[in-house]
Amino acid sequence: MSTLKPIVSEIDHIQGNKSASIEIVEFGDYQCPYCGDAYPIVKEIEEAFGDQIQFVFRHFPLQEAHEFAFKAALAAEAAGMQGKFWEMHDALYENQYRLANDLFDELAETLGLDLEKFTADVNSDEARDKVENDFESGVRSGVNGTPSFYVNGTKFDGGATDLYQMLKESAE
Amino acid sequence: MLEKGASAPDFELNATPDQKIKLSDFKGKNIILAFYPADWSPVCSDQMALYNEMLKYFGKYEAQIFGISVDSVWCHLAFTQDRKLHFPLLADFEPKGEVSKAYGVYDDEVGECKRALFVIDREGKIAWSYLSPTAVNPGADGILDALEELNNK
Repeated sequence: MSTLKPIVSEIDHIQGNKSASIEIVEFGDYQCPYCGDAYPIVKEIEEAFGDQIQFVFRHFPLQEAHEFAFKAALAAEAAGMQGKFWEMHDALYENQYRLANDLFDELAETLGLDLEKFTADVNSDEARDKVENDFESGVRSGVNGTPSFYVNGTKFDGGATDLYQMLKESAE
Repeated sequence: MLEKGASAPDFELNATPDQKIKLSDFKGKNIILAFYPADWSPVCSDQMALYNEMLKYFGKYEAQIFGISVDSVWCHLAFTQDRKLHFPLLADFEPKGEVSKAYGVYDDEVGECKRALFVIDREGKIAWSYLSPTAVNPGADGILDALEELNNK
């Protein structure tokens, strides 16, 4: 059984209640169509379970297969440096169908980010290290494709729909 | 299936129409052999695509990875180009499955390799092996753990 390595900490992007009993970690790629499909389902899960859930996103860009995946992850990190990681995360998935090199600045502008700082942060070692560390953590945790989900530290064998189903059943 | 401690059977297989790879030429390096059923499985969960992203992590452990299936060199060539793979895929094509059989990972019923991983140490001994259910991509955590253990020796 594969387990999450390292465990969730304050360097992660965490959404929801930090003392929630259910911790869901997704390893995802902004260009992966299956992650795009999972995105609205994860939102549904967060709405349905509210305070009971905390959701964490770690990057797992398959950069050889998806030419914009790594850049997109850097853009999310750079937005995070201005306190808007999740806004960029959402915008990337909502605009996945038109992912391209000029989309990142456009989204940054829409989100009201300081563009000069955004550009510098996209190209910073800090953003790159964060994305690469996430990727390595995925590899060590047994990620074998995207999206991969971990529930309370253990790899969940299934996609977002299966995850939703499992949570509904265990809540009953 | 060959287990830890066994000598890795030597082989010579085509990586491209005009390039052969001989296992014993790689003595002194750690080797990863990834037997897999066939080229052209779905993209995002594809095992070879995952390993392609991991070459620098394997490099840290001075390890060379080879993918092996019974597909022909031409099929491997097209697959490699399509998926932009940066490591060799070997064709266990003629006699079909001979190397897979030597490692005990040939599936006679379907005529393909099983999904199996081997880590071979610098002396040519098997340090770790793993048979995955055919439908499940085994990821790479087991490989990295095995390489780490070899480096700590």
